[in-house]
Amino acid sequence: MTNPSTPAIRFDQVSRYFGEVKAVDHVELEIGDGEFFSMLGPSGSGKTTCLRMIAGFDTPTSGQIYLYGQDVSNLPPYERSVNTVFQDYALFPHMTVGDNIAYGLMIKKVSKPEQKKRVAEMLELVKLSGFAGRKPSQLSGGQRQRVALARALINHPKVLLLDEPLGALDLKLRQQMQVELKSIQQRVGITFIFVTHDQEEALTMSDRIAVFNEGKIIQIGSPAEIYEKPASPFVASFVGTSNLVSGEAAKRITGSEQMFSIRPEKIHLGSENSAADKDMISVDGVVRDVVYLGLFTRYLVEIEGGTDLVVVEQNLKTTSMDVLSVRGQKVRLHWHKDHISRVGG
Amino acid sequence: MLNRASTYLYQRPKLILALLLGPPMIYMLVVYLGSLFALLVNSFYAIDGFTGQIVRKFTLSTYAQIFSIANREIFFRTAGMAAAVTVVDALLAFPLAYYIAKFSSPRIKTWLLIAVTLPLWSSYLVRVYAWKLILAKEGILSWFINLLQLDGLLNWLLSIESIGGSSLAISPLGMFIVFIYIWLPYMIIPIQTSLERVPKSLLEASSDLGAKPLQTFRTVILPLAFPGVVAGSIFTFSLTLGDFIIPLAIGNSKFFIGQAVYSYQGTGGNVPLAAAMTMGPVVIMVIYLLIARRLGAFDAL
Repeated sequence: MTNPSTPAIRFDQVSRYFGEVKAVDHVELEIGDGEFFSMLGPSGSGKTTCLRMIAGFDTPTSGQIYLYGQDVSNLPPYERSVNTVFQDYALFPHMTVGDNIAYGLMIKKVSKPEQKKRVAEMLELVKLSGFAGRKPSQLSGGQRQRVALARALINHPKVLLLDEPLGALDLKLRQQMQVELKSIQQRVGITFIFVTHDQEEALTMSDRIAVFNEGKIIQIGSPAEIYEKPASPFVASFVGTSNLVSGEAAKRITGSEQMFSIRPEKIHLGSENSAADKDMISVDGVVRDVVYLGLFTRYLVEIEGGTDLVVVEQNLKTTSMDVLSVRGQKVRLHWHKDHISRVGG
Repeated sequence: MLNRASTYLYQRPKLILALLLGPPMIYMLVVYLGSLFALLVNSFYAIDGFTGQIVRKFTLSTYAQIFSIANREIFFRTAGMAAAVTVVDALLAFPLAYYIAKFSSPRIKTWLLIAVTLPLWSSYLVRVYAWKLILAKEGILSWFINLLQLDGLLNWLLSIESIGGSSLAISPLGMFIVFIYIWLPYMIIPIQTSLERVPKSLLEASSDLGAKPLQTFRTVILPLAFPGVVAGSIFTFSLTLGDFIIPLAIGNSKFFIGQAVYSYQGTGGNVPLAAAMTMGPVVIMVIYLLIARRLGAFDAL
């Protein structure tokens, strides 16, 4: 954190309209220096448009974007100290891996030996030493991704933008790259802005997350805040699975009809009439369905007042035979009163 | 019955292949390659100067005639024209193809592509003779040049011996203009196709990495569109090389290869010489295609 008072990126009432469509609608946002910041949301929520406006591929219809205090709203991409890792990697097919990575330096007319030295450093950073002479078409998806990362980082951008860079990789590789991206970010100390629709990805890597929906930011916070204290029904259901309870059922539990959310793993499944500590909330219900998932079991419990709650319990001692026999039984659910989150609406 | 036939065919993929490929392959072998072979054979015959009969005996004397000064000039004139037309067509086609591929909305794109290909719907002959009228001394082009008060320039150009003539309608310069017009669509379409396949994200990436628009053009767009340019040049070059209508209609008394072939086999009745003349462009094009293949031109077709 070189200068904590100046944010890396600041959005001041930024809007982007495409005709009648409000892709981004009066967004206010501050991203700190050195932060790993994720923009999370479903497709069409405006997160990618925000990223493209930071990169300069798109300009705001109204409002200003500041990069370390400088208004860059109308600067072309080549005049911003920002680099992008594209969703499709966008590697130049007619150039070798080495030439791709050196592209930014070549444009800046950095001397050849210097280019070579820095390309070698970058290849080492992304664990691709020895690949400089290959063409992008000879690389796997994961390797191309690393080349795209190296090509962006070699320019020492003030901010690195990543547009769903892991979307095209398979699950194993994606999880591996998540860890690697985070460690690279900590090593280079550059602000990363990461766009994704995958909530798990956002929760794993980010310092802070902005949840987008319909062109607006619904909630900004740390992964734990977003997950534990969702500010709206949308956040509660988009980030992880959540039980949303309202109306009559809510009134029986909390005394108010206001909607609240409770995460499935926070609920403990107890036997009929089981007792609980004083800070716990207890609700009676009937197990409607049981799904055995190996690591854990998912129960669907209908509680008094007519709402179904999803409950997840780890299979610590139980076997599939044990858990499946619970179907149809009366149970009592317990959870700590601090674990519910009022989401209004 | 139909059902059984389908099942029968379904179980024999090789038979389907033979049925599908057979007719065109037979056509290619017999009609196309066969006639080319007949041409080759004929070029090794010679004509008896006294009787005018073809002597069906192997000889290289016909090929020797090709290298006469007059015939050599015809080759250079034609190849020079083909090269010039190709270069100008490429320069004219690129900006339009670039606009169509990268900037136009789907609606405008459709209209532009129709506009580019529309001339191909009408007869080539009609268009050539239409141009003869446009280029004529009292034609619309002269009128327009007069309007711009560029008569002096036109007269000066027409007075240059190698490209001029009594009017644009009877001059190498006029031919040049008509050739450029006639083959332009064949250059635009392959370039547009190759540009169409350059993802927009590549241009954004280049700009993102600090390249100004001209640098992006030079380092990304041009190298990736080059196969398309080469593919287009194959059309413009070979079509100009073999054409005899435009030299006949617009040109002066100086022959082009196509014209020479036409007159040798027609009025001259010298089929062997006509055949040998034809082998010239064939050889030139084979060499051209080999180079083009090395440049990756066939990936863009």
